[in-house]
Amino acid sequence: MTRKRRRLYIVIAALLVFGGATALVLTALDDSLDLFQSPSQLMASPPPPERGIRLGGLVEEGTVLKSTDGLSVSFRVTDGAQSVPVSYKGILPDLFREGQGVITVGNMGPDGTFVAREVLAKHDENYLPREVVDALKESGQWQGEATQ
Amino acid sequence: MAKRLLFLLPVLIFLVVAGYFLWGLGPERDPKNIPTVMIDKPTPSFDLAAVPGLDVPGLATADLAKGEVVMVNFFASWCVPCRAEHPFLTALTEETGVPLYGINHRDKPEDAAAWLAELGNPYTRIGADPGRAAVEWGVTGVPETFIVDGQGRIRYHHRGPLVPDVIERQVRPLLEELRS
Amino acid sequence: MIIELGHFALILALAAAVIQGTLPMIGAARGDAAWMALARPAAVAQLFLVVFAFCALTQAYVTSDFSVLNVVQNSHSAKPLLYKITGVWGNHEGSMLLWILILALFGSAVAVFGGNLPPSLRARVLGVQAWIGIGFMAFTLFTSNPFERIFPAPLNGEDLNPLLQDPGLAFHPPMLYAGYVGFSMAFSFAIAALIEGKVDAAWARWVRPWTLLAWAFLTGGIALGSWWAYYELGWGGWWFWDPVENVSFMPWLLGTALLHSAIVVEKRNALKTWTILLAILTFSLSLIGTFIVRSGVITSVHAFASDPERGFFILILLAIAIGGSLTLFALRAPSLKAGGLFAPISREGGMVINNLFLTAACAAVFLGTLYPLFLEAIDGSKVSVGPPFFNATFVPLMVPLVFLMAVGPMLPWKRADLAGALVRLKVAALAALLVAGLTWYLQTGGPILAVAAMGLAAWLFIGALVEWADRVKLFRASPGESWRRARNLPRAAHGMTLAHAGLAVAMAGMIGSSVWKQEVVTNLKPGESVEIAGYSLLFEGVGKLEGPNYKAERARFTVTRGGEEIALMFPEKRVYQVKAMPTTEAAIRTTFFSDLYAVIGDADGQGGWTVRVYHEPLVPWIWIGCLAMVAGGLTSLSDRRLRVGAPHRQHKSTARPAAA
Repeated sequence: MTRKRRRLYIVIAALLVFGGATALVLTALDDSLDLFQSPSQLMASPPPPERGIRLGGLVEEGTVLKSTDGLSVSFRVTDGAQSVPVSYKGILPDLFREGQGVITVGNMGPDGTFVAREVLAKHDENYLPREVVDALKESGQWQGEATQ
Repeated sequence: MAKRLLFLLPVLIFLVVAGYFLWGLGPERDPKNIPTVMIDKPTPSFDLAAVPGLDVPGLATADLAKGEVVMVNFFASWCVPCRAEHPFLTALTEETGVPLYGINHRDKPEDAAAWLAELGNPYTRIGADPGRAAVEWGVTGVPETFIVDGQGRIRYHHRGPLVPDVIERQVRPLLEELRS
Repeated sequence: MIIELGHFALILALAAAVIQGTLPMIGAARGDAAWMALARPAAVAQLFLVVFAFCALTQAYVTSDFSVLNVVQNSHSAKPLLYKITGVWGNHEGSMLLWILILALFGSAVAVFGGNLPPSLRARVLGVQAWIGIGFMAFTLFTSNPFERIFPAPLNGEDLNPLLQDPGLAFHPPMLYAGYVGFSMAFSFAIAALIEGKVDAAWARWVRPWTLLAWAFLTGGIALGSWWAYYELGWGGWWFWDPVENVSFMPWLLGTALLHSAIVVEKRNALKTWTILLAILTFSLSLIGTFIVRSGVITSVHAFASDPERGFFILILLAIAIGGSLTLFALRAPSLKAGGLFAPISREGGMVINNLFLTAACAAVFLGTLYPLFLEAIDGSKVSVGPPFFNATFVPLMVPLVFLMAVGPMLPWKRADLAGALVRLKVAALAALLVAGLTWYLQTGGPILAVAAMGLAAWLFIGALVEWADRVKLFRASPGESWRRARNLPRAAHGMTLAHAGLAVAMAGMIGSSVWKQEVVTNLKPGESVEIAGYSLLFEGVGKLEGPNYKAERARFTVTRGGEEIALMFPEKRVYQVKAMPTTEAAIRTTFFSDLYAVIGDADGQGGWTVRVYHEPLVPWIWIGCLAMVAGGLTSLSDRRLRVGAPHRQHKSTARPAAA
């Protein structure tokens, strides 16, 4: 077993493993990506039904309807210009509210309704960027009771 | 030589990735932002009543296309960042003379009045919005600020508080351009 | 006052680190023993100063000192004491301080226990360690100062995100950081070795325990985070391939590879250059993880508040630390002396294969995590890479690895007989077939892949046990003889068996919960019940409940099986008052073989409630398996050979005498 031979074996094994991994990655990237779209983009060019989509926008006021069994929900997601009807079966996230930001993951149905398999609401609303904190202090306006 | 190159490979890969990271940090790119579609669109139609207890009139679509550049600011008394941008917004209005219209988002009228009494009122018109107008304007939170040109078209949309940096780099140049 | 002293202590610690990072390095280059010796007191002084700073901040949290901005933003006087303390690191600024504290702890551990290291290596390791500390302390002081005051002080704070007010998540960050930061030791040793131009068995003996310790912490930290996600998010899942999870998983994958390749360096003096590279990359991925989580370049459901300015600072740190170390690697590594020879079929060969698969898997996770960023930079489209991608790439890479995991430990060093090893594994093969057959019998019409996967887990489990049994001659010698052998076996051998078997158990749990999970979502009125997996849950209604800083609606379920009452379950919906934020508290009834998991949703206004019930088979095995892996790591760490500071046989290549 010479040093050269050993290196050759390692190189061959490495090429096999990494070649295999690359092939896996390429095929997986082809068909398991969710594309982020706004309602306007979605309406402008409706994607094929098999394409996974993340639809982001606001839950339009007054459009949230629950079915009589209490499980299926329909609502519209809007970005101000366009709105898309969404149907979803399951428990809505804790922070799901009308007029709030939401991301739904799913596919466009043939009837133009977006069928969501997952609904994500914003995790924490009380995020205060650092520049705001700085600005608060600069302006001397920081007061505890102001924070709801 | 080939061996040397092999040893260089890790650092080269890192440099490429770091380049992407640098791009990813670009200030205009916040992945949490839902892209705005309002730019260069006419303002949505709405008609908001005045906030009771305030001496400024309400706000409607018709007020926004009178041949004058205006700023429209969504705010609420319960919103901490609004408090932060308030002095800068006031100063900007005073310095430029551009009218500032407010849309008071999901607020109790008495809270809004107290808030403005405490901090001063830079708004010449304020509409009380129970939530509907925010949706039509594509607003995802408060504060957000729009610049509307004399023809009633939206020319600028900023999510989050107007801090000095944003005002100096984006808002002031655009206001000057629109008014010249 | 204490807060200002804490701030001052952190600045002094930075100064101590600057001394530690410069003078000993110069001393090592010049061969000046006095300058080199400065590293140890400097590291200890740095630790004391950082501990003081950390205690100062903790004190502000415990006493609810709302003149400190960080306390205002993340605490509230009504919060339970435990979460006041854990709130210290439940936010960006405080978690940076914790990170620095752990870094200082590790650094001073080398200073205190590193008596038997060659002085120049010790000085350089401590020097590199100090530079990492300088980077993070400067970052904290200049961009994320936790000691900032605000004036006037508000009456009360804004409270900690309620999702973080949980025992599982309270201790997740310290463990995770101990893991990340622990890898900095391997990194410092690698850089020091590159500067010295020498890697030998003694070096590997020093790197291994630190890597092992870091690995055990990281394993525990990841498991704890996963457990938290499982019971707190209320989705019944335990791993989501979220970027934040992935960035902790990548160092784990490479750290696992490093753990194994360091053994080859120690025992066979081979794979030296590769091990150095792995040590650099493992810590680099920890740093990149910090960057991704805190800069907001990638969207995640539970990232820290993002801030491009901070992100820029960390990116500069990354460029210096990673770019610098990899450049040093490119310059110095080619001149490292190559090590021992081995045949492809040998223990070393097995380790190479292990490293290849782990590295490839890590690369796949890396690509999947960063692909959205790459694509957006290229053509502006926003995509997200979800679980399907990772399932399609990661799992196929793990299958051959797990298959070989049972074989590798059977192979002797240098040159091995594959057929012989496989013969020894015939029991494992039998067990695999048996388990596969049993799975086939128990599941009707289930996926065939699950059958193979359970067989694979059994193969690994029994394979690990067979290897151990062979070494102690279990059942082939008298029990007394076996006991004697087991006691004489190095702890590292027990540790390996435990960790490998633990992985097999965790794997079985992951397979079970992914394949046979059952879910029922329904609307129930009080008095109605829902059936799942042979259980019947009777919904008895919802009552109100008041916690220390939240209000809750609590449902009551009576669980029966075969008509016999076996348990009560109380899922809750809580609203934390300060942030007005609702959270879901799942009720979980666990047995050794499965979890019954119940969540309540909203009332429909007509007396009914949305109820979601899961039956999650084998999920407890995931936690048991992870515990076994951590225990395996710690057992291995207690091996006499690796015990920190214990005298060890002088290796031939350790030319320098141990320092006093």
